[in-house]
Amino acid sequence: MIAKKIRVLIAKPGLDGHDRGAKVIARALRDAGMEVVYTGLRQTPEQIVEAAIQEDVDVIGLSILSGAHNFLFPRVMELLKERGVDDILVIGGGIIPDEDIPGLKEVGIAEVFTPWTPTSKIVEFITSNVNK
Amino acid sequence: MDIYKSVIGGDKRAIARFISLIEQRSEEAINLLKKIHSRTGNAIIIGITGPPGGGKSSIVNQLAKKLRSKNKKVGIIAIDPSSPFSGGALLGDRIRMQELTMDEGVFIRSMGTRGALGGLSKASYDSAKVLDASGMDFIIIETVGVGQSEVDIVKLADIVVLVQVPGLGDDVQAIKAGIMEIGDIFVVNKADKEGAERLVKEIEMTLDLNPNKNEFRPPVIKTVATTGEGIDDLFVNITRVWEHFVKFDIIRKRRLARAKQELIDIVKENYFDDFFQRYSEKIQDMAEQIYQRKMDPYSASEIIIQDIRKVFFN
Repeated sequence: MIAKKIRVLIAKPGLDGHDRGAKVIARALRDAGMEVVYTGLRQTPEQIVEAAIQEDVDVIGLSILSGAHNFLFPRVMELLKERGVDDILVIGGGIIPDEDIPGLKEVGIAEVFTPWTPTSKIVEFITSNVNK
Repeated sequence: MDIYKSVIGGDKRAIARFISLIEQRSEEAINLLKKIHSRTGNAIIIGITGPPGGGKSSIVNQLAKKLRSKNKKVGIIAIDPSSPFSGGALLGDRIRMQELTMDEGVFIRSMGTRGALGGLSKASYDSAKVLDASGMDFIIIETVGVGQSEVDIVKLADIVVLVQVPGLGDDVQAIKAGIMEIGDIFVVNKADKEGAERLVKEIEMTLDLNPNKNEFRPPVIKTVATTGEGIDDLFVNITRVWEHFVKFDIIRKRRLARAKQELIDIVKENYFDDFFQRYSEKIQDMAEQIYQRKMDPYSASEIIIQDIRKVFFN
């Protein structure tokens, strides 16, 4: 038996077409030894949850810049619950106003990373919070 | 969750979990693999290989859609390279397969090579069995982007589709050994680009030179995967090649060779490790002597092999 590799799904929910941030994070996690599944732009919450299940990931990272996080993030959490998935760590990032963060955490988003967060901090958060 | 029952029932979460256990090489995975073995051997395994950026993922996407239109269930294993430095990987094959995600009859799993160098990952062989046992009609294995010699896909697939694109070299490339020898079907993708026609001719010429061409001559198909052009043709040819391979006993021979190779590999992996464990001190000691030129490696190996013979065949 060999140690489990941390698997992460990086997903872009909603309609904005900017994924430089998502790619930077994906690259940083790759360099930290994780397996990162990147699914591309414009994913519905349904697609994200389905892909996360098939890929058996430990972490879902949601990147969003469109402002629709207050709808899309809770929807992802809701679908995970519906499918009986409670062992995936869900984190978010992008342009998200500080005042929205407590509400997102309330629905189960473990952490929200806003611009200028060093990628090392995200790596650290994942490695210390993921289900091992 | 009873993984065995759920996998047989086609449950995607169970399939996903089972594959993770295989990737971790856990004891549980081996027990489950023993249980499912009798339920495998029904799916047709298609390997898609070719250079990076050649359109493999897009072809997989289109081919899977085509198979779905015939009401066939499709399992996909898409492999991308792992970093030899960090061990991490960026698995991006799903980007081209977004429209398949919500399809009930499709399961997609991305994998890192995790050190394997032949274009596949170690776990891909057993993972294909899981998809097979779960009731998939077709299993598509997409290799990493390959160069000239990553040909492990022949050990896993019933039919190998080799994707080529125009603009990568002259006609000598087409007669080189290695990757060009493993295609059962050749696809010239990006056929709307300049040089596609010439590439088709070069491949045809290579196939003409094959001394066994009268037994089986691989078809050459032009596609534009982004638009779906040529995919019907690819599907028809996969069916034709499959029928030919069944009729002329090629599938049985390939699968039998695969079973034999697998058994040898498992024995090697598990029991040679035991040997090396047993001889680790002696090996260390001999390495020192080899390094100091007091002994040569061939003589050293003979000593170990003789000792193994004594233990096992006395």
